[in-house]
Amino acid sequence: MREINVSDVVKTVSRLCVDANYNLGADMLRALDWAAAIEESPTGKDGIEQLKENAAIASRDQVPICQDTGLAVIFVELGQDVRVIDGNLDEAINEGVRQGYLEGYLRKSACHPFTRANTGDNTPAIIHYRLVDGDALKIIVAPKGGGSENMSKVVMLKPADGIAGIKEQVVEWVRQAGGNPCPPTIVGVGIGGNFERSALLAKEALLREVGSVNPDPELQSLEDELLEAVNDLGVGPQGLGGRVTSFAVHIKMLPCHIASLPLAINIQCHAARHKEAVL
Amino acid sequence: MENIIRLTPPLSEEMVASLKSGDQVLITGTIYTGRDAAHKRLVDLLDKGEELPIPLQGEIIYFVGPAPAKPGKAIGSAGPTTSYRMDSYSPRLLAEGLKGMIGKGGRNLEVREAIKEYHGIYFAATGGAGALLAQRIKKAEVVAYEDLGPEAIRRIEVEDFPVVVINDIYGNDLYEQGIIPYKR
Repeated sequence: MREINVSDVVKTVSRLCVDANYNLGADMLRALDWAAAIEESPTGKDGIEQLKENAAIASRDQVPICQDTGLAVIFVELGQDVRVIDGNLDEAINEGVRQGYLEGYLRKSACHPFTRANTGDNTPAIIHYRLVDGDALKIIVAPKGGGSENMSKVVMLKPADGIAGIKEQVVEWVRQAGGNPCPPTIVGVGIGGNFERSALLAKEALLREVGSVNPDPELQSLEDELLEAVNDLGVGPQGLGGRVTSFAVHIKMLPCHIASLPLAINIQCHAARHKEAVL
Repeated sequence: MENIIRLTPPLSEEMVASLKSGDQVLITGTIYTGRDAAHKRLVDLLDKGEELPIPLQGEIIYFVGPAPAKPGKAIGSAGPTTSYRMDSYSPRLLAEGLKGMIGKGGRNLEVREAIKEYHGIYFAATGGAGALLAQRIKKAEVVAYEDLGPEAIRRIEVEDFPVVVINDIYGNDLYEQGIIPYKR
């Protein structure tokens, strides 16, 4: 058994929260360049240029890319030969979020659902654990803003709806979302599993590098088709009209129940923040 | 790019009437911030017939919950939040004299009708450009509801704050009209 001290987890999570919120990933910077190059609408092009300048300012001045520094969504891959010592892993992750959001001047966006009273430190984090082989602990911090998260849904389709039904749902949903989720977006699609698994698949799909190829050729071709369809909606950057409504459509899929065809759509704005570390 | 219009609040009837959907506008002067929780409190006060903590006549409310200011900065990142969540409150504030709103995303029919009826104006700022937009905010001061943290009402001084007119008093809507040429 390899021992990992919780204090290392706290430090790592704290650092990743700040890094993710200040420094947009290289894949998103490339995606913005791509969008600026192909956008036909002058207003749309201007919007993309503003986002490029915004990312440069955030990185240079070390300030958040977006004021909505999100709920802290954390994916943990825990090697089964790891023993976490000197405390509780869940508490350590939340302490890391607490410190990162305080020290990084990040907005605290967690509140009580009824009273809306702010919890004050952006906890509790949303933590997803996966047990894997080996003796390493991988932590991915993926802060998720509320504006794009609100434009998300799970729908239990009928098996008879098939791929055609999935396409219709995704395209119509992106149309309805319009300018709300700050397009251009990444559309995360989870197909199969069950009710809750489909939602997690959609969120995991957002972690994939933009511009990368789906390992499943059938899904890659569906992604290409859906991207063309959502961009043909004309919603465009900021929803003001244009050719680039989305940078990418990412799909993850699992087998489902013979009675079901679960579909989850999780929309991500250009501030597709995720940073990872392996302990 | 079309001519850029410069505005300083409070907005007069004439200023609002001169604005058309699609106009690029730079705002300089004092505006107020407010989002979900602050809007609810303002409308609750109006319902009780009590005085509001901020003036409304001719003023502009920016839908934003900024990030905390780093030492030496006026404000943290401060881009617009999605406006539809304020739809249940905006018509009431427009009826009381509010003139401008800055946010992002479409408004419902009630808000669009209230914009026509009470001669208001709805602007959008670039969603996701919080670091860029914060540079145009020169001063910020909490004036009400400090307990709401990022949702507190702030009086902010902006300089050349870039927005585009979405809904004007003539019933135009840039979100609806802007996408038509690009639809295939």
